[in-house]
Amino acid sequence: MHSVVCIKQVPDSAQIRVHPVTNTIMRQGVPAIVNPYDLFALEEALRLRDRFGGRVTVISMGPPQAEVALRKTLSLGADDAILVTDKAFAGADTLATSYALAAAIRQIGKELPVDLVFTGKQTIDGDTAQVGPGIARRMHLQLLTYVSRIVEIDLDRREIVVERRAEGGVQVLRTRMPALVTMLEDSNRMRFGSLPDMLRAARQAVTHWDKTAAGIEDVTRIGLKGSPTIVSKVFTPTPRSQRAEMIAIEDGSAADLAAALLARLAERFPGVEKELAKRS
Amino acid sequence: MSEPSQPAKKKRKVVLDERLQAYRGVWVFIEHERGRVHPVSLELLGEGRKLADALGVELAGVVMAEAKLGGDEREARHYCQVAFEYGADLCYLMQSDVLGEYRNEPYTRALTDLVNTYQPEILLLGATTLGRDLAGSVATTLNTGLTADCTELAIDPDDRSLLSTRPTFGGSLLCTIVTLNYRPQMATVRPRVMAMPEPQPGRTGRIVEHGLLMNEADIVTKVLDFIADDRRDQPQLPFADIIVAGGRGLGKPENFQLVRDLAKVLGAEVGASRPVVQAGWIGAEHQVGQSGKTVRPKLYIAAGISGAIQHRVGMEGADCIVAINSDPEAPIFDFAHFGIVGDATVILPALTEAFWMKLKRQAALTPQEETA
Ligand SMILES: Cc1cc2nc3c(=O)[nH]c(=O)nc-3n(C[C@H](O)[C@H](O)[C@H](O)COP(=O)(O)OP(=O)(O)OC[C@H]3O[C@@H](n4cnc5c(N)ncnc54)[C@H](O)[C@@H]3O)c2cc1C
Ligand SMILES: Nc1ncnc2c1ncn2[C@@H]1O[C@H](COP(=O)(O)O)[C@@H](O)[C@H]1O
Repeated sequence: MHSVVCIKQVPDSAQIRVHPVTNTIMRQGVPAIVNPYDLFALEEALRLRDRFGGRVTVISMGPPQAEVALRKTLSLGADDAILVTDKAFAGADTLATSYALAAAIRQIGKELPVDLVFTGKQTIDGDTAQVGPGIARRMHLQLLTYVSRIVEIDLDRREIVVERRAEGGVQVLRTRMPALVTMLEDSNRMRFGSLPDMLRAARQAVTHWDKTAAGIEDVTRIGLKGSPTIVSKVFTPTPRSQRAEMIAIEDGSAADLAAALLARLAERFPGVEKELAKRS
Repeated sequence: MSEPSQPAKKKRKVVLDERLQAYRGVWVFIEHERGRVHPVSLELLGEGRKLADALGVELAGVVMAEAKLGGDEREARHYCQVAFEYGADLCYLMQSDVLGEYRNEPYTRALTDLVNTYQPEILLLGATTLGRDLAGSVATTLNTGLTADCTELAIDPDDRSLLSTRPTFGGSLLCTIVTLNYRPQMATVRPRVMAMPEPQPGRTGRIVEHGLLMNEADIVTKVLDFIADDRRDQPQLPFADIIVAGGRGLGKPENFQLVRDLAKVLGAEVGASRPVVQAGWIGAEHQVGQSGKTVRPKLYIAAGISGAIQHRVGMEGADCIVAINSDPEAPIFDFAHFGIVGDATVILPALTEAFWMKLKRQAALTPQEETA
C-alpha cells in the first residue's frame, strides 16, 4: 500500500492581524504551519499503512522554507518527504499547482506505484478545495472528495469503499484504485509523533525536486504563466462603522441588562422586532 | 490563486483570443436534491441575472437529471421552470440514466461537453460539496480559471471580464481575482452569501436539450448506498432567521442548555463555535464558521464566543449581532452590534426570561384573527 499525501505550508491564519492604521497584513512573527486540513489526510494514510503495511510519501510544492512543514510530517510518521521547489513555480494558481503536483506524483509512481493520493479538504490560505480534484483529473484517478471514512480496501481487487459527505446525506461509494481522496476535517484524530520518528525526522533528508526532477514537460503550464487567474487587487474589508454598542448599567442586575438590550434592539432593528412579532 | 501579497502592479487588460471571444452568456448550474432546487442555485440566478444584464447577454440554467423510465420528464422540467422564475432566459437540460445520484465522472463529462458545445463566458456553481467537487474537475478539464467561495461578483466594464472577490487569509483580507485569456470564467459561491431574489411566477423560457453519450458500464465509481441525514434532527441553520450560538466560554457542556433554552423561547436554531463541537457538546451540523455553515439570520446571539476570524466569516452577514462575553476586549465586540460584558451563564437566563415576557405580552396584544 503506497499513499502519497499532499501537504502545504501555510501561515497560521488565526494569528494574522491587520495593522489598524495602515490596513496591511502584519506577517511578522506569524508562524508557518502545516495546513491543518492536511493532517487529517496524513493520519488516514498512516492508518492504512498500519493496517496494510507499505509506505507513506509526503509531497509539497512551495518555497525552500516549506521543508520545515515536511519535516513535521516525517516526525508524525511519514516515510519520505519530497519538496517540489523551483522559482518557475512562483505565482501558481490552483490549476498550475495541480499540474506540477500531478507531474511530481507521476515521478514518485515510477519508483513505487501509488495506490492512493490524499489531499486535505482545502487550504486555509488558498481555501479553494480545487487542487485535489485537479490532480485527480490530470492523473486520471477516480476522485473521492469529502471522505469521512474509508470503509474498506480490497488490495487484491484494487477496490476501495468510502463514505462521502454529500448534500443532505452520506454517499457510500465504491471505486477502483488508484484513486484520490480528499479527507473531511475531524474525520480522525492526528497521532502524536513517536520519539524514534522525531529523531529520524531531524536527520532524514527531505528530497528537493526542481522542475526537471519533478518531470514537468510543459513549462508554460506552471507558475504564473500556467495560471489562468491572477489577483488583481487585495484590500481590507470595510470594517463595521463602529464597535458594538455596549449595554451596561451601573450596579444593574442581569435582568436590567436584558431589559435594556431588548429596548435598544427594538429601537435600532425594526427587522428583528418584526421577526419576534411573528413568534408571539 | 497567486500569492495575495504580490498583486499585479497595474491592472492587466485581458485580451482574448478570437476563439475565446465567441464565448457568450452567463450560466448557473442548477443543483437539486429530492425534487427541490437547492437555494444556492436560486441565489446564483439572482446574481447571474445582474451579470448577464451588465453584459447584455442571456442567463442560462444548467439542469442535469436522471432520465426516468417511461420518459417522465416532469421533474426535470419543473427545475427548469423554477430557474425561469428566478431569472433564467433558457435552460440546458441533460437527462441520462447515469446522471441520477451525483458522481464526479459523468457530471464532469456532461458539463464539459455542454460548455464546449455552447461556450458560455461565465459559469457559476454553488460552493456545496457537489459544486466544489464538480467545479474543480471541470475547470481542470477545460483548463480554465476557477475562483472559489466568492462573496462578490461584478463585470469590468472595460473588457467584459468577471471580477470575483473572495476572502483570503482566513477573512482578514479580500482579493479580487480575474481570469486571463481563458474561458469560461468559473466561480463558486457559498450558500447564503448572496441574497435570495424575488421569483416572478409564470415567467418562462426555452429549454435546450443536450444528450450525453455515456453508459453505466463506462463509469468506474458506483454508489452503494445513500444514508440521508435525518431531516427532523437536522438544523436548518443557514436559513434560520434567529440563531442563538454558544462557545467555549460557557465553561461546561451542561451550560450549553442555557443556549438551547433561549433558542427555544425565540423559536431559534442553535449554533456553536468549533471548539464546543469538537468537545462533543453539540453535533457538527451546528457549527458556524469557515469550516461550518454560513448563516444570515436577522438576529445572531453569541454567548461565550470570542469572535475568531474563522467564526466571524460564517456569521457576520447577520443583520444584528448580540455578543455576550466576560472579556471587554474580546474581538467579537469589534463587529457585533450590541455587546454585554458579563458571565453568559447569568445573562442567558435573564435574556430568556425577558424575551419570554416580551413575546407573551405581544401575544396578548395581537388580535386573534392575525394569528390565524
Ligand atoms: C482551519 C480552521 C478552521 C476553523 N473553522 C472554524 C469554524 O468553522 N467555526 C468556529 O467557530 N471556529 C473555527 N475555527 C476555530 C477558531 O479559530 C477559534 O478557535 C474558535 O472559533 C474559538 O471558539 P470560541 O470562541 O468558542 O472559544 P474561545 O476563543 O476560547 O473563546 C471563548 C470566549 O468566551 C469568553 N468567556 C469565558 N468565560 C465566559 C463566561 N463565563 N461568560 C461569557 N463569556 C466567557 C472568553 O472571554 C472568550 O472570548 C477554525 C480554526 C481553524 C484553524
Ligand atoms: N502547494 C501545495 N503543495 C502540496 N499540496 C497542496 C498544495 N496546495 C494545495 N495542496 C493540497 O490540495 C488541498 C486543497 O488545496 P486548495 O485547493 O488550495 O484548497 C490541500 O489540502 C493540500 O492537500
